Order: sequence, then structure tokens, then C-alpha cells
Amino acid sequence: MRRFATVLLIAVCAFALPPLLTALKAAFLLTQLTMAAYYALASLGLCALMGYAGQISMGQAGFFAIGGYASAYLSTRNLAAASGDPLVGGLDALGLLSRGADAYGNPSLSLSPWIAALCAILLAILVAVLIGIPVLKLKGHYLAMATLGFGIVIEKIARGTPALGGADGLSCVPAFALLPGLEVTGGRAARAVNFTISWVVLAIGLLALVNLVNSRPGRALRALHDGEEAAGAMGVDTARYKLNVFVLGAAYAAVAGVLLTHYNGSIGPGEANAMKSVRYVAIVAVGGMANLSGTLAAGLLLNFLSLRGVFGSLDDLVFGVMLVAVMLLSPGVRSRR
Amino acid sequence: MRAELFLQYLVSGLIYGSIYAAVAIGFNIIYNATGIINFAQGEFAMLGGMIASSLASRLPLALAMAAAVAATTLVGIGMERAFLRRIARGGVLKMIIATIGLSIAIREIALLIWGESVRTLPFFSGTEVSSVGIAGAHFSPQVFWVLGVTALVVAALTAFFKLTLIGKAMRGCSANREGASLCGIDPDLMVTLAFGLSAAIGAIAGCAVAPLTQTHYAIGTGLGIKGFTVAAFGGLGNSLAAVGAGLILGMLESFSIIVVPEAYKDVVSIVVLLAVLFAKPSGIFGSRAAGALKDY
Repeated sequence: MRRFATVLLIAVCAFALPPLLTALKAAFLLTQLTMAAYYALASLGLCALMGYAGQISMGQAGFFAIGGYASAYLSTRNLAAASGDPLVGGLDALGLLSRGADAYGNPSLSLSPWIAALCAILLAILVAVLIGIPVLKLKGHYLAMATLGFGIVIEKIARGTPALGGADGLSCVPAFALLPGLEVTGGRAARAVNFTISWVVLAIGLLALVNLVNSRPGRALRALHDGEEAAGAMGVDTARYKLNVFVLGAAYAAVAGVLLTHYNGSIGPGEANAMKSVRYVAIVAVGGMANLSGTLAAGLLLNFLSLRGVFGSLDDLVFGVMLVAVMLLSPGVRSRR
Repeated sequence: MRAELFLQYLVSGLIYGSIYAAVAIGFNIIYNATGIINFAQGEFAMLGGMIASSLASRLPLALAMAAAVAATTLVGIGMERAFLRRIARGGVLKMIIATIGLSIAIREIALLIWGESVRTLPFFSGTEVSSVGIAGAHFSPQVFWVLGVTALVVAALTAFFKLTLIGKAMRGCSANREGASLCGIDPDLMVTLAFGLSAAIGAIAGCAVAPLTQTHYAIGTGLGIKGFTVAAFGGLGNSLAAVGAGLILGMLESFSIIVVPEAYKDVVSIVVLLAVLFAKPSGIFGSRAAGALKDY
């Protein structure tokens, strides 16, 4: 039961914190706590990959951005002009389109956020499989550089493509109705509900990973971390396990990207920045590498403080210094040279 | 394409290529000495250019650059002595994370010191308007300085590693650490020297190119990844191959503008990197036999 303590704590907080903070007249903190929860979700995905399987990824922000951008693009693209098209007509007949009005009050017709989000997550998974197969043959420095390169490509594409808004990114992303009346969206009225949504999603994400790492695949991942050849000799299909956990990590980042984008109503190329990927790595390192609860706590706390502007202009410096300090101070000295 | 334009692209490719090659050589020196990739490599070039540009208003240019190279060398040595030496036994993953952390720390401290403004260095000879005409195309004299400095660095390094006792000791150390230490070579000292040397070369490259491309606290990341691309492309650890690979990448990038929009220029080199890593991680000039001994 102990291993589920953090899951339970997060679930309780999801419902207990909004009334508590409202009573303390600090409900404004819920906004940053919501955003921190989505960033922490992306960090959890990296924790499974880096902490448990020992495979570094410097491209986690790339998958976050793929999710966010794809969902934003699909749910904001106005299909009204193409409503005569049989494909658009068919989607409309199936009830997969949502009607609204654009910034000028003209009627607009776009993909419903549910479809956009599912497409976005599937796209991220597809990219993760295509990138993962060659990338995961690499180890150590090469893996780090290749994933860093992947992340930079995603950022350059986001920044350089006019259809994705260039340096401005995409805005006016519609609310995402998970259930009727339960919308992922910004604004004061939806603040408490959205906090609960994000923390419940986080608790579910954590629960799934806690189960994973304490099962046969989880043990296989740890064996892989300790020695790939040895794990292979014991019958672990190392290539498949590495790919699976890489794709899983990417999916976590994509879900986080989709939800945060609909919550903020916008996404910019900064989300794909290499520095963002470094932050995810820093959070997993500070959390204690193979430690889901630690990663979760570090992710919530550091992102919350960063979003509140506590670090000021030292924001990135704090993450850099933390990386070095954790590596200097952490135990587990083991020669691999 | 007109001949002058072709020449213009060619020279621009040579310039960037030789800078990437210099950064790649920095990667190689540290890789040969320690077996790690120093993710803070690009920051050395940034520091060289930034420190020189600060000092250039008070000191003669040559002195300012010498001081900048010396200061960056100290940063490289300090980085190894204070941090990396203590982490080295923790394994590759820890070293990667630590050098990434150091690169961010150096970059952010540079931001605190110099702010976000773009800086430049005076031209080594002439001014920004002086030009040398060759076959109808015009180049800044700085172009020849960059090419000359890179060539000199490569020649000096080759001589250092082939002819001097310390250079031979460093090579001995990278070939066989235990064996070298039995011959009375201090391996820790050689690693420190490698970091110092690598930082100095980065700083020289940063100074040479600053008048042409200007410098900024954040240029290190881009230079670092391109330098690594070149190092991997040529075959990690092989400095002469890095020069060839650097020139090829510089050309590819410079001529890519014909087919790829400017905004995607950086994507070209990263696609080259990914292609090299996927297809032939031992590099185009690396032999398969030597590659088989390494751990990719």
C-alpha cells in the first residue's frame, strides 16, 4: 500500500487544495499549481525513461511541443471554407467538428478538441517510434546529442513555419471539454475545476507508472539500466523495452502538452526550447533519478517556484546549478570506465 | 549560379566550417583524454569572444584576445578540477548531466555579466568596410584571418601532439591510462591539461570569428551542437578528420540556402548529425575496425 501513498496524496490534494487555498485567500496560486502539474506529468514520463531505463533524452520538450502544437493547430484551423469538401462534410456529419466564431465574428468550423488531442498524441507516438528506433541504438553521449538534435529540429520547425505562427506560436486555442461541463480552459471561473482536472490527471499518470515500475517490465527496465548485455542475456528484449519506454515517455509529454496548451489557450516555440528539455532532465535528477515520487515533488515544486517568478532572472541558472550540485553530491559512485 | 555568388557561398562555408572544426577539435581533445563529451564546449567559444570584446575597449586588441584566451583556459581548468574530476567515477550519464549543467551555468552567468546585447570585436586588420576582391567577389580581410588562425591552430596542435613530450604524454594517457601512469605520467594532470587546451582553442575560435558574426551570450549552444556534429562526422577523437568534416558541413550549410529556406538553415546540420549517428557513428573518416572498439 505504501507505494501508492503519493498517488493518494495527489488525489486528495486535487480536491482539498482549491477550497483550502480559497479560504486562505490564495486561490490565485491554483493557476501556477495547475501548470506545474502538467510540467510534472511530462517529467514523470522522462523519469521512467531516464531514471529507470537509464536512457537519457534531451528531447522531452520536443514531444511536449508536438502534442501542444498539433492539438492547437488542428483545433484552431478553420474548415468553414472547405465545408463543401466531402471529407469535411463527413466529419461534420459524424459530429467531430465544432462550430464557433472567429475573432471577427465570422462563423468558424474546426475539429473538435477531443479529435485534435487524440490526433496530437498519436502523432507524438508515431514520431517517437520513428525517432526512437534509430536513436535508441545509441548510448550515452551519442544518445544525448541525437535527442538534443531532435528537440532543436522541432523548435526550428515551430519557429520557422508560418502555419504554426512562427515566433508568436498559436493562440485562441479553444477550451477542451473532457466531459460536458468539464472544460480544460483558462479564466478565473474555471480555475478550481482545472486545478482538480490537472492533479487528477497527474495522479492517474503516476498510478500507471508506479504499477509499471513495480511489475515485470519495470524490473526489466532496471536490469537494462544496470547492464544492457546482462539484461539481454537474461532474456530481456532490450531494444523493444527501450523503445516502449521511450514512446511511453513521449506520450506523457504529449498529453501534458495538449492539456497545458488548451489550458493556456496558446503555445509558443519556447516550449520546444532545448532549455525546457534540460529542465525536465534537471527535475528527474533532483527527484533522485529512479524515484517517481521524488520526480513528482521536484517537478511540482520547481515549476511552481519558477512560474511564480521566485528565481527572477536567475531562473535558468538555478536549474543549471542544481544539475551540477546533484551530480556532485549524489551517492551511488560506480566506476564504468 | 553566377561565379561570384558561388565563390561568396564557398567562402562563407569555409569560414563557418573552420569555426565548427575548431570547436570539434576541442571536443576531440577532451574526448581523447577522458572518453567523455563536454557539453559545455560551445561556451568556451562564447566566453573567448565576450571577454575579448569587453577588454578590447581598454587594451590593445592582441592583448585583449590573449587575456580572453587565458581567462577561458582557466575556466576550462577550473571546471575540470572543481567539478568534473569529482563526478568522473559516477558513470557516463552523470558526466553528461554535469557538463550540461555547467554549460547552462556558464551561459547564464554570461547573461548576468554582459546582458542580452550583441557584441563584436574590432577587425584584426582594416575595418568592416574594407574588402579584398578575388575573381569579382569581395571578402572582408577577416575571412583570411579566420582561415589562417584555424590552419595555424591545427598545425600547432599536430606538432604539439607529435613532437613535444607533454603532447606525447597526453596521447599515451588516452591510449592506455594505467600504462601511462606506470611510465611516470600523471593521468589527472593530463586530463586537466586537456580541458585547458580545449578551452583555449575554443576561445581562439570565438575571438577569430567575433568580428564577422558578432557574439552573444547564447551562441555557445549552437556552436556546441555543430562542433559535435563535425566531430562525430569526422570520427570522434580524430582532429584532422574534423577539419575535413567541418569544411564539408560548412559548405552544406552555406549552399543549403539555395534549396532550404533560411529559417531552416540550422536544421540542415542537425539532420546531418542524425544521419551520421544513425548510419555510421564511427564517422565518415573513421575506420570500422576502430569504431568497433568504441561504445556508441
